[in-house]
Amino acid sequence: MVTHTDGSRNTATRAPTQVDRGASVIRFDNVSKTYPKQNRPALRDVSLEIERGEFVFLVGSSGSGKSTFLRLLLREERASHGAVHVLGKDLAKLSNWKVPQMRRQVGTVFQDFRLLPNKTVGQNVAFALEVIGKPRGQIRKTVPEVLELVGLGGKEDRMPGELSGGEQQRVAIARAFVNRPMLLIADEPTGNLDPQTSVGIMKLLDRINRTGTTVVMATHDQQIVDQMRKRVMELEKGRLVRDQSRGVYGYQH
Amino acid sequence: MRAQFVLSEIGVGLRRNLTMTFAVIVSVALSLGLFGASLLMRDQVSTMKGYWYDKVNVSIFFCNKNDADTGANCAKGAATEQQKNDILAELHRLPIVQNVQHETSDQAYKHYKEQFGDTPVAGLVTPDQLPESFRVKLKDPTKYDVIKSAFSERPGVQEVQDQRDTVEPLFNLLNGMNIAALCVMGLMLIVALMLIVNTVRVSAFSRRRETGIMRLVGASSFYIQMPFILEAAIAGLLGAAFACVLIVGGKAILINNWLAQKIQVINFIGWDSVAQVLPLVLLIGLLMPALAAFFALRKYLKV
Repeated sequence: MVTHTDGSRNTATRAPTQVDRGASVIRFDNVSKTYPKQNRPALRDVSLEIERGEFVFLVGSSGSGKSTFLRLLLREERASHGAVHVLGKDLAKLSNWKVPQMRRQVGTVFQDFRLLPNKTVGQNVAFALEVIGKPRGQIRKTVPEVLELVGLGGKEDRMPGELSGGEQQRVAIARAFVNRPMLLIADEPTGNLDPQTSVGIMKLLDRINRTGTTVVMATHDQQIVDQMRKRVMELEKGRLVRDQSRGVYGYQH
Repeated sequence: MRAQFVLSEIGVGLRRNLTMTFAVIVSVALSLGLFGASLLMRDQVSTMKGYWYDKVNVSIFFCNKNDADTGANCAKGAATEQQKNDILAELHRLPIVQNVQHETSDQAYKHYKEQFGDTPVAGLVTPDQLPESFRVKLKDPTKYDVIKSAFSERPGVQEVQDQRDTVEPLFNLLNGMNIAALCVMGLMLIVALMLIVNTVRVSAFSRRRETGIMRLVGASSFYIQMPFILEAAIAGLLGAAFACVLIVGGKAILINNWLAQKIQVINFIGWDSVAQVLPLVLLIGLLMPALAAFFALRKYLKV
């Protein structure tokens, strides 16, 4: 398990931010999303605001619109109605060629890790920097740092297949965080992991959150949500039915 | 942009898709080979046309005394001097006429002898069987109709003949072959393009993990698409290089070593025409697959 406790140690290396402290990282204004050829909207009239440095759980049963919510954040989809602002930019007005620039400031982690099986741990993390054209010297310096941060120091040359699920997810988090993004989106990051490993991953995400990165995490893991006591937003049939700071998972309302 | 990274991606892509790449190379080579060949053939035909049209005339044949039954114009037997002089004077007045040569029956007989020399037919022909004629050289050989309509109905004129008619079938044949070659080329080109599109699709599919991650971490679409486009361009360029080899080989073997030895009256195209065609073939071989890949990626690779 991870033993780092000093969450603030990376704030010094953070890239200059474009978003002022206190400004909202995510803002939805009456957002609806209807997929083509479907009658029922996947999201209907959702308005919310997430500020810098927040840790937000997104809960709701399957089909409640969590994935659509995350896809809108990444601009994999565009809203049918309403405005989505991410990191101060209106995604509807963002031209296609500027989308990659936006995504560089957003880290993403998935349930299925999405690592490249034929690359080592170090290469997997370095890949994220290579493809956005970072100089080699910087890559060589940053990759060990971030692997150390996620608790995988010294495992750079291992292949993903040799690692446990929890370790693989740490590699994925390292890759998502290596750019020091403003926003980290995690789609059920503990969905494939046992409860104990999940706790380790949550500690890691919490530490990343404490460096100032906003974390939005979609999850079905009741235990984790109840333990962490963070802001909880619940979606049901595309509507935002609950938004509680220090909330619990519960269907009990 | 990190060149080494892109190059290694291309290498992996081409090797993973070896059979498809090979098919692309072969079909591009064949289609561009045909393309180059038909360009060269057009060159050949136009040099031949220039050469031959310069030499051919319009001939106005006059009636012989034996020709009385060949047509209404000749009903009165051989053409009179008066008729010939009238026509000659009129020809000189026409602005399209460059010069007029008078060929008497004896001269015609001489030319005939030169041409057919020792053949058995030559012995049977006598000078008085061959008609007297004016050889009219036109400034523009295509204006033959003017002469024909002006003189073919005159009394004493047996026939107005355009010598182009005798070489025209040859050019028509060559042009027909050229069109056929272009059609085959078009088909091959379509095959090549479809193969390229399919190769790109397979390639994009087999690397969807990588491209998906690239997209997530914010790689520009240019960076994501680049390896695929370069892959297609490299395969196309290899095909074009093979096409160049085919063209140069065809020119060396077919024309220089064979046709030029057999048919000496035709001056065949030289290496300068070939040198003009090769860069064009290479350029098309590079750009066409790259463009095809670009448009295929818009469909198969969401960025």
